[in-house]
Amino acid sequence: MLNQTPTAKSTLKALLYLAPLLVLTAVFILWPLLNAFLISLYTKYNYYTGHVGALGWANFGYLWHDPAFHLATRNTLLLVLIAMPVSVALALAIALGINQIPRLAGFFQTVYFLPFVTSTVAIGLVWNWIFRLDGGLLNRLLSLLHIPAIDWLNDPHYSLGALILVCIWQGLGFNIILFLAGLNHIDHRFARAAKLDGASDWQRFTNVTWPLLMPITILVIVNTSITNFKVFDQVYALFHGAAGPGDADLTLMVYLYQKFYVENQMAVAAACGVVLFLCVSALTLITVGYFHHRQRQLGGR
Amino acid sequence: MAHPIRTTLWYLLLTAGAILTLLPFGWMVLTSLQPAATTLTATMTWLPKSLQWLNYWHVWQAAPFARYCLNSLLVTVATTAGELFTSLLAAFAFTHLRFYGQRWLFALMVALMLVPSELLLIPNFITLAHLHWVNTYAGLIVPWLASPFMLVALHQAFKAQPQTLYLAARLDGASDWQYLWHVLVPINRPIITAVALLQVIGSWNAFMWPLIVTNADALRTLPVGLMTFTSDQGTNYPLLMAASVCVILPLFILYLACQKYLILGVTASRLKG
Repeated sequence: MLNQTPTAKSTLKALLYLAPLLVLTAVFILWPLLNAFLISLYTKYNYYTGHVGALGWANFGYLWHDPAFHLATRNTLLLVLIAMPVSVALALAIALGINQIPRLAGFFQTVYFLPFVTSTVAIGLVWNWIFRLDGGLLNRLLSLLHIPAIDWLNDPHYSLGALILVCIWQGLGFNIILFLAGLNHIDHRFARAAKLDGASDWQRFTNVTWPLLMPITILVIVNTSITNFKVFDQVYALFHGAAGPGDADLTLMVYLYQKFYVENQMAVAAACGVVLFLCVSALTLITVGYFHHRQRQLGGR
Repeated sequence: MAHPIRTTLWYLLLTAGAILTLLPFGWMVLTSLQPAATTLTATMTWLPKSLQWLNYWHVWQAAPFARYCLNSLLVTVATTAGELFTSLLAAFAFTHLRFYGQRWLFALMVALMLVPSELLLIPNFITLAHLHWVNTYAGLIVPWLASPFMLVALHQAFKAQPQTLYLAARLDGASDWQYLWHVLVPINRPIITAVALLQVIGSWNAFMWPLIVTNADALRTLPVGLMTFTSDQGTNYPLLMAASVCVILPLFILYLACQKYLILGVTASRLKG
């Protein structure tokens, strides 16, 4: 049956196997994908009556001039630019540590991965209680060090920091697992050969482990950036449905949700979704392109 | 090890990190056992003299919490099972059958992996409204039954099977359908378990979609129900934390039981993709 050219009969049979997936994909992925772009061009769109004005760029113009959108973009970029490097560096350090120790590696791996299986909303509510001014864990610990209490969730100077902390905490385990898998893929003979040549530990890391780990590192960078670009659950749980004090924690996804669900401005929300999609795609393409470029420089494997 | 000092330093770093990772969980459990009134006062002792296990009982009685739990269970099981069914059939067709347009159709499915579900939120909600599926189980489940990610993961596993196995089964008189369910699926149980686990975690913890397509208590899933619980209970943190424990604990147990499959799923899906 294999390696044959398709016939009408074999195609028909394959279609029977493919039908459930293809129908669902068409209705719930492909069509909405096209529709998302279309809706973002609707002007004077009334969801309830289905009335649509002419197609145009008005919604993107609205975003361009909306201070709230600017704020959401700024917050999201800050979140990504701070949380991503910290998360990647911490995950790499922890993965290297787990890889070095003779005992308890499995235990640490289990512990660090726990946040990945944890409901973001449930633990977000716990974080809300940790950050609270009156009685929260963080301020209790700070008072032990004689540091005055900080109103983490209501002071706009600190609330984005609180959100970033939560995002790093939640995403770390996944990155550690990826780095550990990458480290296991590296041939130990390289490190041993370098050691015989008299390379120090630091030299072995910078000249052997780090370059060989590059593909995984890029994967982790892309993945962490995309995840943090789309942060929503954490904000919702941390601030009980609001976007932080004075919108200090308004992210692009929260902006999209507010336009869509609270203000019923579907077309504007769709335009925001398109912007988000383009940002994430550009990010992926740039990093993957860079990765291929480097692979070719290294001689390609 | 040759460097006892360095090894000790690694242990210190890893232990510190582990404590920080576990801290929120510990705080959650400790708070959930406090008497209701004490949490907001500075006099709260870290470990109360009498642990308030009754808080957990109150959670189950307050709000339609049992209903949320049942809804989450139903949605998780139905989504995972349905997604496995559509993906297994399609992965088999892509790897073992020949049809016109095979290559570009697969390329399309791979490309669709990159589409963020957030982009589909609004158009899918509109589709649901047309189908009158808002506030129904169908609305919670059906849009998630097609997963390019799961298809590609299973495709990789199925493609790795030797062709001779398929030919031998065919010679012995097995139909394609029998081969898929009696040979291919049992052989590939580890990777199937792995992708299923990832979906179980995703469905159980899903928040934004259930938040948008449900507004009736009878249909809310646990994470959405938990948020309404917040406004109902005000600042009764012991009860809220007990409820959070109830949401988190099932997946903890599942994770500890199936850890190796889950890590296989994470690494297999990301390294090769």
